[in-house]
Amino acid sequence: MTMDAPSDHLIEIRGLAYAHGARPIFKDLNLTIQRGKITAIMGPSGTGKTTLLRLITRQLIPDRGVIFVDGVDISMLNQTNLYKMRRRFGVLFQNGALLTDLSVFENVAFPLREHTRLTNRLIRHVVLTKLHAVGLRGAADMMPVQLSGGMERRVALARAMVMDPDILIYDEPFVGLDPISMGVIVRLVRRMNDALGISSILVSHDLQEISTVADCSFLISDGKVAASGSPAELNQTSSELVKQFMHGMADGPVAFHFEAPDYEEQLLGRDAE
Amino acid sequence: MFRDFYNTLKEFVRTFGAFQLFFLRLLQHSPSIFVKRFRLVVKQVYNAGALSLVIIMVCGFFIGGVLGLQGYSNLARFNAEDSVGAFAALALVKELGPVITALLFAGRAGTALASEIGLMKATDQLSAMEMMAVNPIRRVLVPRFLGGVISMPLLAAVFSTIGLLGAHVVSVNLLGVDAGAFWIQMQQSLDISDINEGIIKSVVFGIVASLLAVWEGYNAVPTAEGVGRATTRTVVNTAIAVLIFDFMITAFML
Repeated sequence: MTMDAPSDHLIEIRGLAYAHGARPIFKDLNLTIQRGKITAIMGPSGTGKTTLLRLITRQLIPDRGVIFVDGVDISMLNQTNLYKMRRRFGVLFQNGALLTDLSVFENVAFPLREHTRLTNRLIRHVVLTKLHAVGLRGAADMMPVQLSGGMERRVALARAMVMDPDILIYDEPFVGLDPISMGVIVRLVRRMNDALGISSILVSHDLQEISTVADCSFLISDGKVAASGSPAELNQTSSELVKQFMHGMADGPVAFHFEAPDYEEQLLGRDAE
Repeated sequence: MFRDFYNTLKEFVRTFGAFQLFFLRLLQHSPSIFVKRFRLVVKQVYNAGALSLVIIMVCGFFIGGVLGLQGYSNLARFNAEDSVGAFAALALVKELGPVITALLFAGRAGTALASEIGLMKATDQLSAMEMMAVNPIRRVLVPRFLGGVISMPLLAAVFSTIGLLGAHVVSVNLLGVDAGAFWIQMQQSLDISDINEGIIKSVVFGIVASLLAVWEGYNAVPTAEGVGRATTRTVVNTAIAVLIFDFMITAFML
């Protein structure tokens, strides 16, 4: 099932199609995520970036197409092997998703307590190190409800790192962070990626931050990869769609408005009565 | 019309099948959680059981008091007011103890379970566990289910005991029934099979109430409205199921 030599391709997606109810999200998506790099996935809101993360981690199952993680087709895994694979992932959820009945310390310790037989002393050591990395060692005894949104996400980041995963997935890591913690987190993402040799996938709208941190980015639009390359390359591109996205223009191939009936018709027409 | 009926039936069969599968999954993980992670179960026994004690005891006392009043005034017509102890004990141990405890349990602990689990789902906590390779059914639902199953019979026993105390206070201390007659009549008429019936009922109701609560929470639509609806359905479905099971068990045990 596994390929012998580790290739550069960590995650390969071929011909992916997925529909949310009747609304198709991906039509024929192909992309390859390189090992040891920071890969950004960008796109206008509603293009299914979070859905893509859920497909990669098999929380959702594609309608068509295959997803390989390290050469293994993840749709073929049984639950034991799926859980084994998921232990290699660290995922930062969009809203943190901390366990609200546990303290900050216990939240970060949770994967260790579930999966390892480390002594309390050692767990304490590991957890405090990770909390220190996100600047929240002092908040260890607080409960998640006492934290601000940004702090919650930093705790969630510490939790995602605690098992030393091979692959870190960040869903909108920069939302709700003040400029100081944003700078720290960006450097942290970069440093972890390089020092520990892990691969990172991050979904974000934050062009500025992405261009400082990402090695490679994919712009997704209309269910397909619209453009790919390093952020600098994307900036130079001539494609209308990429230009519109990179420069934040309202007019262009991507419609700002969600599909709707004619504006004038709806306001003044027969519907109004 | 026929098509609608067919679809409803199909949906019902599908849900019922999923429900059974869910129950089997809970049972599958129960022994290992009980042995290896007993602490998680203890915490839930505290949440479902210990925290329900006050309401169970207050209700038990007043139900017992009502039994004392009714028993006294109705038995007095046959000059049998000394049998009020037997009357209250039979009613409490066989019927009212398990049934009312189950209904109160659904209202106090079942709703708490359903809304807690539903909210964990709505805030992605269950997905986060999935992503940490922790099975939420095993880690979250099984301890809560076991906590409920363990708590229910204990609560029913407390309810019956406090109920007898209430009956004693009303009939002996207030209405003047002889205390010796009260206890002797009770001992003579209450058989071990009556107590067994009460225990069997409370165990079954405990399984029913806990199972429905975790099922509704786990399958809640992950929105504020969905969690609210799941909570309501927990109480309604538990009440219906408990009364139906009560009838069936009583019929079998006669």
